[in-house]
Amino acid sequence: MKKTLFYAVLLLITIAAPYLFPDYGTQLATLWLMIIVALTWDMTGGQMGYNSLGNIFFYGTGMYVAALITIGMVHPIGEYTDASRSELMLFTEGQYFTGLIVGSLGAGLFCALSAVIIGYITFGLRGPYFAIGTLGVAIAAGELVSNWDWVGGGQGIQLPVYPGDLDTGKVVFYFLFAITGVALFIFLKWLYSTRFGAAINAIRDDEEKAEAMGIHTMRYKLTAWALSAFFVGVAGGISAFQLIHFEPLETAYQTINLGIFMVVCVLLGGKGTLWGPVVGAILFHVIKEVTWNYLLGWQWVALGALIVVTVVYFQDGIMGWLMHNKPEWFGMRVEKKEQEGTA
Amino acid sequence: MDQFLSNIGLLFEFPIVNLKIIIDGLMIGALFALAAYGLALVWGVMNVKNLAQGDFVIAGGYVAWYLSRHGMPPLLGVPVAFVVMWGVGWVVYRLVISRVIERDLFTSLLATFGLAIIMAQMLNLLFGSDTQSIQLDYDTLYFFDFIDIPIAKLLGVLMATALAVAVVLFMKKSRMGQAIRATSQDARAARVLGIDTEKVYSFTFSLNSAICGAAGAIIVMVWVIQPFYGITYSIRSFVIVTAAGLGNLPGVIAAGLGIGVAEQYGAHIFGIGYQQAIAVLLLLLVLVYRLVQQRRVRQSLK
Amino acid sequence: MRAYPRCAEESGFVSHHQYLEEYNPMKKSLSLLGCALGASLLFSHTAAAQDCETITLGSAISLTGKYATNGIHAKNGYEFAIQKIKDAGGVQFGDKCYNFNVIYYDDESKGDRGATLAERLINQDKVQYMLGPYSSGLTKAIAPVTEKYQIPMVEAEGASRSLFNQGYKYLFAVLSTSEQYLASAVTLAAEKADDPSKVKVAVAVENDPFSLDIRAGVLEDAAKFDMQVVIDEQLPRDLSDMSAILTKVKLLKPDLLIVSGHSKGAATAVRQIGEQKIDSPMVAITHCEAADVVGNFGAAANDILCSTQWAETLTYEDPLFGSAANYEKEFKEAFPEYKDKSVPYQVAQASAAVYVFKDAFERAASLDKEAVRDAIAATDMMTFYGGIKFSEFGNNIAKPMVLRQIQDGEYNVVAPSEFASHPLNWPRTPQ
Repeated sequence: MKKTLFYAVLLLITIAAPYLFPDYGTQLATLWLMIIVALTWDMTGGQMGYNSLGNIFFYGTGMYVAALITIGMVHPIGEYTDASRSELMLFTEGQYFTGLIVGSLGAGLFCALSAVIIGYITFGLRGPYFAIGTLGVAIAAGELVSNWDWVGGGQGIQLPVYPGDLDTGKVVFYFLFAITGVALFIFLKWLYSTRFGAAINAIRDDEEKAEAMGIHTMRYKLTAWALSAFFVGVAGGISAFQLIHFEPLETAYQTINLGIFMVVCVLLGGKGTLWGPVVGAILFHVIKEVTWNYLLGWQWVALGALIVVTVVYFQDGIMGWLMHNKPEWFGMRVEKKEQEGTA
Repeated sequence: MDQFLSNIGLLFEFPIVNLKIIIDGLMIGALFALAAYGLALVWGVMNVKNLAQGDFVIAGGYVAWYLSRHGMPPLLGVPVAFVVMWGVGWVVYRLVISRVIERDLFTSLLATFGLAIIMAQMLNLLFGSDTQSIQLDYDTLYFFDFIDIPIAKLLGVLMATALAVAVVLFMKKSRMGQAIRATSQDARAARVLGIDTEKVYSFTFSLNSAICGAAGAIIVMVWVIQPFYGITYSIRSFVIVTAAGLGNLPGVIAAGLGIGVAEQYGAHIFGIGYQQAIAVLLLLLVLVYRLVQQRRVRQSLK
Repeated sequence: MRAYPRCAEESGFVSHHQYLEEYNPMKKSLSLLGCALGASLLFSHTAAAQDCETITLGSAISLTGKYATNGIHAKNGYEFAIQKIKDAGGVQFGDKCYNFNVIYYDDESKGDRGATLAERLINQDKVQYMLGPYSSGLTKAIAPVTEKYQIPMVEAEGASRSLFNQGYKYLFAVLSTSEQYLASAVTLAAEKADDPSKVKVAVAVENDPFSLDIRAGVLEDAAKFDMQVVIDEQLPRDLSDMSAILTKVKLLKPDLLIVSGHSKGAATAVRQIGEQKIDSPMVAITHCEAADVVGNFGAAANDILCSTQWAETLTYEDPLFGSAANYEKEFKEAFPEYKDKSVPYQVAQASAAVYVFKDAFERAASLDKEAVRDAIAATDMMTFYGGIKFSEFGNNIAKPMVLRQIQDGEYNVVAPSEFASHPLNWPRTPQ
């Protein structure tokens, strides 16, 4: 009963937030993006023990796929991305929204597929080599896209501005991210309670043993990564429309920003728990926005320090700490399963 | 595509170009090898993967640049950067690295990543974000009217070589060097034999930082530095160490020089816009190659 | 070697405090006021400036990251114009006077950061009018946001044509678009050749919206003369060595070498052109002044052609800033760190953008952003920076680019012919 009430209140806050704080619409939308990437990172990193540093690949690829689908349905892409074109190439409202929906979902599917292909190779790498390998994939992708003229190269891609009225425009992206995030959360809550969840936990705890027990580890690893890639891809697609203009190296394949932030969020909140990534993302995002407001110039030093301190001194994260110190809290709120997850 | 072909054509039309590319590649490769050697040391001895490697290089460059602008002879920058960065390395070791040694591998990657962010931004705040270099008033040597070797570059390579030789001799001959090697082979056994591994670790990391610093001081005389260029050298170091394996000094040098030359050829054929991509793709290739090798071993065991 | 710019040169924690103060958006720039003090003494009627109201402008500008050098130039240009307008009695309409105040944020030279900050300026700081960021890339990231919220933005540092084919209605640029930067270099190369179709062109530009548009413009112009493009390469963003391209230049002997890559591209190119003794008869680059190539590399920069939006030797003038030469003089007095070098055009055009706002507010005689937007669109004025009149897409069509050549350490205008003060040195004599 208490639990139902808890979730109901949370849901209410989620829906009311953009109306309560209309000036912070973009920051709130970004918060949901952080929650999504943190939750998806934790699927492989926390629950399965494969620490990827390259999940940003799916974010960037999602942005590009969504944009290219949208543009490709209306205009020839090569002409659209040509900087020197003089004629206007515009989109109607219908084309915009079709692009937004089809593009984002298409981006998710494309990313899931690419996760299977890339994963087939990289999941052979163990430990830090997996992290380095996936990081390499993300960096290489950014560099290659930045040299690919057809998609605009280093100029990036410009999408149309939101065509509807201003007030709906302010909340529409918030709700797109929020719906994706809530769906992801519910999906993961269910997933971790199934055999699948147990299997990927077994892979984390001892892969050889899991294999010996008859678990097709590769199949589970690929499925888990593809699922997480799907959600990151969708989020990337929505981001593309929210940002309107993006370019490969610093926005789409932003390896050293969002690519690492998602990992830090998870570590901060608590690896291998359902709530950890959510709590971590909220805390990290708040700290980040505050430092950007009040420590101008020193914001990166503060962030770097936060990363070092989290990683070195506080690796169990907030949830880990709470579970250790206040186990009775969790008896009330969260099922036992998640506690086992942190073991 | 046409351009790639015509670029390849140039290599045959003017064979002398190959010589120039190789010389340039060896020069930059020598500096990559230095930074990578430090990484191999730290990785091998204390199992720390230092993503801030490139930032130590850049920091060393700024030390030399800053002092030379305040009247110090530029060539002195190399030893001075060595000493200063030794100190920086020691502090960093005390504060951060000493606490990640016993932890899992991912921890050191992330912690040093945080470190890299801090260092790059501190350099930016201290020195501004412009590219900087030390202009040495030396001539440029010309051969065949085509190959130009600025004496500054030559000096840089000579100093890099001298440093490498000194480090190798130190590791072979000195008591500390032997302790480091013993620790890298088996830390527990070394401890049993009375080696103070804590001291070895802090020494190794400081030494790594110092080597990087000296490399940076050479780089600032030959190319340019900028607070955010560290990642370039970090990536190269990882490629080289991954390719050469740990504790394999000749391997590191060969891989360093090799990657330098490969990059210069890549830059010539595909354009310098692809330089970073080439380095990263090489890393991926090495990883995949290792993987295939491993699988073969595993299969034969079965 | 002299480093550049001065303010970035100061090191240590002392400058950190200055830094915080100077870049704290909520505070007025203290050190700047100190700088501007000398200038303000020159004006008699400072008293009237006291009781003016404030019009708040917003700007996300690169104070850190790869565009910081030029971001700071732009900021200095904004601040100088604001002080100057204040000293001249402010923006006057109705029976009131207004002074500008700018809220700055640091976009770190990153597009997504710039877009977020623009939203913050509009939503949280309630800014109604924007000044542009530095670089085409950042402007491309921010313009959609101002467009979405229908906030007029006058920008001075984004020249790529890709900004002006999106149908934006609230974006105005005082500078000439980037395809014009080096067009006269191509024309000059054609004039000097017996047969323009035999001219070989080499192009090396940074992989960013501005430089890619420079490239597009050069390629179009070269195609008009049927020239051959023998090298067409892109420079990486973390450029430190372009010897691979220069080696090809030595082999293929182009008649015209074009390099564009903001300040670091200019610095790397000039340095290595000197080192590798590149003897192409004509070398044209962008951002010479911003990178202070004369001060940094001396003779190696000799006879290099530099495109510029504005030069202090041009004969433009206006009632506020006086002549172009006067602008330079007063700016150097207000910002002594520019004393020993020529004032980059990035500064001048930033001042011009503020001037456009002043002019538009006075004509609109209103603080309503739609009225101001329409007034900006109707701008047709002469300034120290050149004529300003916007096309329906928002770019300035009343001002030409000029091409200057570094002759014995001086920047002399050599093209187009109606502005040329000196003849072109051709072929270039290296060193």
